[in-house]
Amino acid sequence: MTAVAPAFRIPPATTPATPSRTVLETERLTAMYGKVTALANVSLRFDANRVHALIGPSGCGKSTFLRTLNRMHELAEGGWITGRVLLDGEDVYAPRVNPMQLRKRVGMVFQKPTPFPTMSIYDNVAAGLRVDRGRAARVGLDETVERALRSAALWDEVKDRLRTSALGLSGGQQQRLCIARTIAPRPEVILLDEPTASLDPLGTQRIEELLFRLKEAFTIVIVTHNLQQAARVSDTTTFFYLGQMVETGPTRQIYTAPTEARTEAYITGRFG
Amino acid sequence: MNRRIWRRTRSGLMVGLVGLAVVLALVPLGLILGHLLVKGAGSLDWAFFTRGPAPTGVEGGGVVHAIVGTLIIVGVASLMGLPVGIAAGIYCAEYPGTRLATATRFVADVMNGTPSIVVGVFAWTWIVAPQKHFSAFAGSVALAFLMVPMVLRTTEEMIKLVPHSLREAALALGYPRWRTSLAVVVRTTLPGIVTGSLLAVARIAGETAPLLFTALGSQFLSTRIDQPMAALPLVVFNYAIGPFEEWHRLAWATALVLILVVLVLSVAARIATRGRFTLRG
Repeated sequence: MTAVAPAFRIPPATTPATPSRTVLETERLTAMYGKVTALANVSLRFDANRVHALIGPSGCGKSTFLRTLNRMHELAEGGWITGRVLLDGEDVYAPRVNPMQLRKRVGMVFQKPTPFPTMSIYDNVAAGLRVDRGRAARVGLDETVERALRSAALWDEVKDRLRTSALGLSGGQQQRLCIARTIAPRPEVILLDEPTASLDPLGTQRIEELLFRLKEAFTIVIVTHNLQQAARVSDTTTFFYLGQMVETGPTRQIYTAPTEARTEAYITGRFG
Repeated sequence: MNRRIWRRTRSGLMVGLVGLAVVLALVPLGLILGHLLVKGAGSLDWAFFTRGPAPTGVEGGGVVHAIVGTLIIVGVASLMGLPVGIAAGIYCAEYPGTRLATATRFVADVMNGTPSIVVGVFAWTWIVAPQKHFSAFAGSVALAFLMVPMVLRTTEEMIKLVPHSLREAALALGYPRWRTSLAVVVRTTLPGIVTGSLLAVARIAGETAPLLFTALGSQFLSTRIDQPMAALPLVVFNYAIGPFEEWHRLAWATALVLILVVLVLSVAARIATRGRFTLRG
């Protein structure tokens, strides 16, 4: 048996040479569930207008890490952290930070499409805008909803049935609707937790294409089980294993010349 | 080959037995409905629904006083019982681990098993006895006590069906916890909560025991909630144990009306659940 080569295309050097400002940063971040450590001592930087992929086998802590970034982790039973998460240089865990306000700046899309079942397509997209603005949100709401749906590449498919139930959409459409709902309040960062895990190949492809366009306006962090997907869509890749951050770097480098043996073993499919 | 035949025979036998059980379960319902129709349907005429009781010994008369009475007593009971039951159910589902929720759930289960006549005695002790007179309000309180645990448990079970991911999606959009609960979780389960409420209303509409020594019953059309009031189950009870053939006839007809009311509420509950009530896409 010869060494197993990656069975997929090595990504081109997509990362632009131009430097970019750091939007989101973690410093010695440790995430706990009660007394159990899910993730230890992670320091990472996420630059603006890039797609950052988090990869690793199940249970490696990558989803937990993602959830610490918008403070969803602390909603889980016994969830707490040490270390810092900085958004534009400010600690999001500082006492004066309101998690609700933070989550409007750091949006999140989940593994399964989660349209609100009682709301129309339009109301789903508007949901995030109506949270704290109430009636004031009406001003320019139509335009904002349309812009969000266009950005999510869904407008043409739903423009004639905005007032119908969101449950009438296909799985892939529902997921793009969730993306539209997330970007409508114009967050700075979008977190995606395995957004294509429940979609068919075509739906997956459309989401991936979407990420390329979205990174022009947002900073994107995506957790994925799918190594090919990380290779296709991301500019930087971080490999997690057993609650540790093993390696991080430009995606091309992680895939072609990883410095850690564990990274190489995982990338080439020897475990995980 | 032989084995296949044996397997088929056994399968057929089991299906037959299960089918027989279904029929046996349906027989009482069919008998009751059929009997009521035979005995009561003939007495249902315009006067039955528009007139009060005729003087003893006189033919005819109706139960409008009891229909109005049941509507008022059950309506007031619902006004008191449904909000408390629904709110407590939401609390138990949204804060399941808290001591208060555990205690509430336990109390609700015990109350669900409490004989309704005991609840009637309770209402008599605390409302009728101090006031020194029977009242429809005391009956409503007793019925509300019966409703709360039923509505509480169905509301809680319904809310627990909402997938966790839906809750997270709302929180991730920046919804505060309370708005997530109301605008997304409760809103999604609303048809289920309505169903549970309607079934509870149907259940208490037929309760007789708690009304015996609270609302007491009355021969007159009354809308005064602080006075004794007639109700359909009480009319059935009083007429059925009475000595007159005419009373028995009215009791059958009233029982039929009562069961039809319950049936209508149950069907309404079914319709409320159907259609838009889907949690997953």
